[in-house]
Amino acid sequence: MPEALYDIGSGMFVQRGSSRSRIALAGALSAGLVFGLSACADGGDSETSTPGTSLAAIDCSPYKAFGDIKGKEVTIYTGIVTPEDTPHKESYKPFEQCTGAVIKYEGDKAFETQVLIRAEAGNPPDLAFVPQPGLLQRLVATGKALPAPAEVAANVDKDFGADWKAYGTVDGKFYAAPLGANVKSLVWYSPKEFADNGYTEPTTLAELKALTDKMVAAGKKPWCAGINSGEATGWPMTDWMEDFMLRLSGPETYDKWVKHEIPFNGPEATAALDAVGAYLKNDAYVNGGLGDVKSIASTTFQDAGLPILEGTCSLHRQASFYAANFTKGTKVAKDGDVYAFYLPGQDATTKPVLGGGEFVVAFTDRPEVKAFQTYLSSSVWANAKAKVSSGWVSANKGLDIANLKNPIDELSAKILQDPKAQFRFDGSDMMPAAVGSNAFWKQSTAWITGQDTKTTLDKIESAWPK
Amino acid sequence: MFTTASTTPQKILQMFAAILLFAAVMGLILFIASRFTGKRDRAIAALYLLPTVLMLSVGLLYPGLRTIYQSFLDASLKSFVGFDNYTTILTDPEQLTVLRNTAFWVLLTPFVATGVGLVYAILVDKARMESFAKALIFLPMSISYVAAGVIWKFMYEFRPDQQNIQQIGLINQIIVWLGGKPQQLLIDSPLNTFLLIAVMIWIQAGFAMTVLSAAIKAIPDDIVEAARLDGVSPWGMFRFVTLPAIRPSVVVVLTTIAIGTLKVFDIVQTMTGGRFETSVIANEFYSQTFRSDNRGLGAALAVVLFVLVIPIVVYNIRQLRRSEA
Repeated sequence: MPEALYDIGSGMFVQRGSSRSRIALAGALSAGLVFGLSACADGGDSETSTPGTSLAAIDCSPYKAFGDIKGKEVTIYTGIVTPEDTPHKESYKPFEQCTGAVIKYEGDKAFETQVLIRAEAGNPPDLAFVPQPGLLQRLVATGKALPAPAEVAANVDKDFGADWKAYGTVDGKFYAAPLGANVKSLVWYSPKEFADNGYTEPTTLAELKALTDKMVAAGKKPWCAGINSGEATGWPMTDWMEDFMLRLSGPETYDKWVKHEIPFNGPEATAALDAVGAYLKNDAYVNGGLGDVKSIASTTFQDAGLPILEGTCSLHRQASFYAANFTKGTKVAKDGDVYAFYLPGQDATTKPVLGGGEFVVAFTDRPEVKAFQTYLSSSVWANAKAKVSSGWVSANKGLDIANLKNPIDELSAKILQDPKAQFRFDGSDMMPAAVGSNAFWKQSTAWITGQDTKTTLDKIESAWPK
Repeated sequence: MFTTASTTPQKILQMFAAILLFAAVMGLILFIASRFTGKRDRAIAALYLLPTVLMLSVGLLYPGLRTIYQSFLDASLKSFVGFDNYTTILTDPEQLTVLRNTAFWVLLTPFVATGVGLVYAILVDKARMESFAKALIFLPMSISYVAAGVIWKFMYEFRPDQQNIQQIGLINQIIVWLGGKPQQLLIDSPLNTFLLIAVMIWIQAGFAMTVLSAAIKAIPDDIVEAARLDGVSPWGMFRFVTLPAIRPSVVVVLTTIAIGTLKVFDIVQTMTGGRFETSVIANEFYSQTFRSDNRGLGAALAVVLFVLVIPIVVYNIRQLRRSEA
């Protein structure tokens, strides 16, 4: 569930998004240390200009309507830190050049807790990039967040699906326009292994099962998984379960389940978790190159997909941002060392997609803030951002796939823009924190180390705030 | 600038501003105090106490009282729930595991660490290369808990028992050398809690050793000589001379480690994140408050921690006073 996007090109990675993603990282030792050092080196809003494509000038007329905002400052507060902040700052330049406004960017790894504290203390930024709809609701509950201006709403109506607009809406009022996005319904594999053995990308869940059995018959342990992520241990398992909930019971039931209109431990959820268990609690299927079923709990999510490169594992379900975890020099492409296919639906006609993203919420309504908010919600910005980044996509329908740099981003964008796609936001990011970032993780972990499905779901249900 | 320092120069500037502010306040107090020279001692004492009292009330008293108040509120601190949070701590199976683990920590760490430190201090006392031997066991003390957690996580690291896969954790490699199978050391409960406690002992034994060694050296030579002349056995020397002489130091070491252990957070957070039934009160307080958004329960856990620490602190201070008297 971390809404982490990675800079694939450099092999570095930095997480943005939910607090678990940061904890996730801190928990992962080897990677964590390296990352910690590099991230400490530059904590914030340095104004360094970076090499990269300089962007073409943009049509300024939409922002002129907000009046003369030359020299005015807009402050942004976000969990997106170095090196991912660079393309962000880069993408603001066309706006700064045409309006003369100055964007002050502040990245903070403790964003999720700090933004609430700052809002409650009456010291909020002008704009914040919120990675979880649940956090957006808590920010709106402080009374400090402002509804989106009409211009932003118009952009979102034009370029985003109604589902995305809904994630930025609280109590019927539209607050926050979507910014970036990621796709979680992906299965990583080795194109070479597939070609050598005549395997094909499955297009239904039954085919996925058949492919797995075929691999088992060839003497392989097909799947590898790892859910260890320090304090956030368990989150990859919640993504697995959400993906199967979405596939077996459909998006409408999934929505009800996430909103707790149906119980967490009902027959639908039981079926979903058991379906996950058919893969991950099956000693014949896991844990390729990593050990037995229990090793899923001790393997860090960063390490879990690496056995694919060694040939000891064939399939690994993880989000698009996992691309950055492969060792430097690994070619992530359909004709490369590793690539991903869409985790198929029940049948080839339905395309449920689990994913995440972040949203822009405003705490002030000065003209320059509104103008910049409008810019961020436009397809002009989405394309500018795509041109200067690697490992980034948006659900903006105006985003030209040709502007994306690497194959996995292209795949993500295609999945997001597919008219048949039924996108659903990561459920645990929308559930109350007591469930979404505590009980759900904790009990999923207990489940993989031996607890049965019923006890697991009952315990999560009882943790739901009354 | 002073509210949102985000670059390093800004932070350094902020730090200097704080130091200047501190100096200014102290200067003001010293200046006012100088006005009263020799006239009214009490007034001067009060003046010197003022900043401490002020800071303690803002930084400790007020937050403390507020936390106690919040521990009677619900998850979002909106409505009053009476003793519900405390009932949860004492009845919920997961919270009971937390209490059980905390008990393991507090019962084991101080005694084992002090015991190891004491034995080591006696063994190396007046031995050759004493300072080198002491440095060896004192070194872990200079490492932060987080770093120690990271180091030991590698020590306990598990790799599956498969062909071509090498253990990278020392402990599991030793197990393999001895002909055993690699174990999921940090996952199997309650073994994992004891393995975390071992890390704390590894750090604290150095502290115990240093303080106790100094105390042993402070025992007057004539007492030791007299005991020798009376023909005391080594055990008798320890039991009837050394131990009584260093008793106040032993008590201070025990209680200091006990307080530190009650508050242990970093080791658990770094090594398991409180998963696999290893959580302790301080870690649970953090995760309930900040991650689970259950602030009432978090406050109650903080209060429980506070209540548990108080008797040890009181005992510690009393012992200190007695040894000074």
